[in-house]
Amino acid sequence: MPDLLTAEGVRKEFGGLVAVNDVDFTIPERSIVSLIGPNGAGKTTFFNMLTGVYKPTAGKIIFDSGNITGKPPHAITERGIGRTFQNIRLFQNMTAVENTLVGMHSRLSGGIVRSVLRTPGLKREEQDARKRALELLQYSGLRGRNEEYARNLPYGDQRRLEVARALATQPKLLLLDEPTAGMNPQETGEFISFVSRLREEKGLTILLIEHDMRVVMGGSDRVTVLDYGEKIAEGTPQEVQRDERVIEAYLGSGALAG
Amino acid sequence: MFGNLLAGIRARWPEFEHETRRRAVRGGIVAGAAFLILALTGAASLSLVVTFAVALALYVPAWNRLPRGRWVVVIGVILIAVLYPFYQANMFEMPLFGGFPSVDTGVTMLIFIMMALGLNIVVGYAGLLDLGYVAFYAMGAYTAAWFASQHFSGKNVHFGSVGVNPAAPGIHISIWPVLFIAAIFTGVVGVIIGFPTLRLRGDYLAIVTLGFGEIMPQVARNGDNLFGQNLTNGPQGINPIDPPGFGDTLNNATGLPADYLTFNTTFLGHDVSSVELFFWTALVLVLFTVFCSVRLRDSRIGRAWIAIREDETAAAAMGVPLMRTKTWAYAAGAFFGGIAGAYYASFKSGTFPDDFFFNISIFILCMVILGGMGNIWGVILGGGFLAYLNQEGLGNIGGWLNRHFSGASTSSDKWFTIWPHDIDVPLYQFGIFGVILVLVMLFKPEGLIPSERRKAEFREGVADEPFYDVQH
Repeated sequence: MPDLLTAEGVRKEFGGLVAVNDVDFTIPERSIVSLIGPNGAGKTTFFNMLTGVYKPTAGKIIFDSGNITGKPPHAITERGIGRTFQNIRLFQNMTAVENTLVGMHSRLSGGIVRSVLRTPGLKREEQDARKRALELLQYSGLRGRNEEYARNLPYGDQRRLEVARALATQPKLLLLDEPTAGMNPQETGEFISFVSRLREEKGLTILLIEHDMRVVMGGSDRVTVLDYGEKIAEGTPQEVQRDERVIEAYLGSGALAG
Repeated sequence: MFGNLLAGIRARWPEFEHETRRRAVRGGIVAGAAFLILALTGAASLSLVVTFAVALALYVPAWNRLPRGRWVVVIGVILIAVLYPFYQANMFEMPLFGGFPSVDTGVTMLIFIMMALGLNIVVGYAGLLDLGYVAFYAMGAYTAAWFASQHFSGKNVHFGSVGVNPAAPGIHISIWPVLFIAAIFTGVVGVIIGFPTLRLRGDYLAIVTLGFGEIMPQVARNGDNLFGQNLTNGPQGINPIDPPGFGDTLNNATGLPADYLTFNTTFLGHDVSSVELFFWTALVLVLFTVFCSVRLRDSRIGRAWIAIREDETAAAAMGVPLMRTKTWAYAAGAFFGGIAGAYYASFKSGTFPDDFFFNISIFILCMVILGGMGNIWGVILGGGFLAYLNQEGLGNIGGWLNRHFSGASTSSDKWFTIWPHDIDVPLYQFGIFGVILVLVMLFKPEGLIPSERRKAEFREGVADEPFYDVQH
């Protein structure tokens, strides 16, 4: 399968600290790829470069055969990368539907003049958008909570709403940043099967960030391991699990000797 | 259609009834107490009874629980405002505040309400703290001065001008296109100013806008020789500015007043002259601003503004272009500031650099904060009340206090002496506004009539961590 996203020699320095060190990385279309590594390995920094929050110090990121290196976040979203955040960043004082509608921003056209005039075309667009938003909320498992403020939703539902909002941007590639953080094993299992469903039903490509190795072993086609900003292993979950450097990174060098 | 409405009313009736009962109790207690106080302080009159009846009729029935019910309140308030010039003279005297504001003060109040609504788009919706809003107000006023006065005496352009000799030098364009020109011009300037400044966040943005607010009156003051051009006529300002009006042609065709300044007629047994016309025109402009504000708030752009206010990073990640969306907020705010400025210049028939000092920016910001950021009713209340205090309220309050408590008082109302000489209360206006602001911040930081969202934000804060090196 062709690659949907290719990162070549991507590097990020914060002052003297090299957070991500010349990482090459590819995501084949319609695959579920995981990026794992211990805390502070540079996963989120890498992720933030893919979505435009950070500008890479060096390297190139190609998405859907276009160069997106250093593009602003909204432009990258518009090209088809949707994301969630590690620590939930919903619009707390907007309702679930409104959150989802904000996600559709780049897919809607209403400008300032048309909004004031509320042309029939715009009215139709808004109605359709609302309908789609409700469908997405239901699809993500948020039935009956459409008009609830985001801050009033229970934790699990806030995670679901983040996914619904990201889906609303109509992404080709969905980036999930530690989506199962704070979930119990059962919720985690449900979430992973939801992610596979997204690929089957919506044809999405998914990049998952996790620091917990067990989470990604079941669902992913391929796993990349980062440690201290460097790629130390890449391959199928089974291969990665057996890799010495991975074991060392996770358990410390003493684990091998024992 | 009508049957639907009836069915809707029937369906929501129990809810309506329940809420109305609750409000009847609450409204009854407050109104009863207020009525007693007013009646005992000598305000007892027919007008007092009617005022309370109208207020209770709007408040007690839970109109918003009925389909299309909120229009009852909106239309009621509009009617109260439209008819104001007719009953203003018959209103009761309030303790402390004295009589109801004159129609003339009403015009100023409406103009400031309009500006506060414009600033509300920037501060209340998009959450961008703008301390230099007066710059747009000034720009609107000077646009009116350029296009409707003798200032550019080298030119001789007339277009629908009112109340000027057709041979008079200068550019004389009818007020209506001038309002539009001023709005567009200030909107464009808003974009130009916004482009470099809106990259900044929070405090930094506030400081830069503060700078613009300081620069503007200085430019106006020294603009009589700007690279050899006399743009603002310096400290003397530009006056007279042509009065509004529709001109003889439109007057003959539609009956609309030809020239506001010379207009005089009797309607419902009441003299209607220029100040009433200014009042109603200002009211139309305010309604236009409210209309646009509501439409914008409920649109895709409005959602994006609120999203940016809540969490910039998340908004950008959801596809909201930060720079463009913020610039639109700035431009929309400037647009209404420009109209208000141009209309104010036309109302005062002149524009002077001293009208645009930095404190006006803060004054308008106070209106938005006092009323409740993001809430249109709140901003209208805050704008009207502070403009009233500034224009006539503080003078009345001072008069009342001095009459009762000053040693110099010879009035029969004198109660006892607290201070030996009369105090000039309006002199302390900014101190008083400052105290009001501090009190509001202490006891009701979300404003008098907050929006649902803002209330929550003040209680729980917004989660907005900054970007590090984003290129917009």
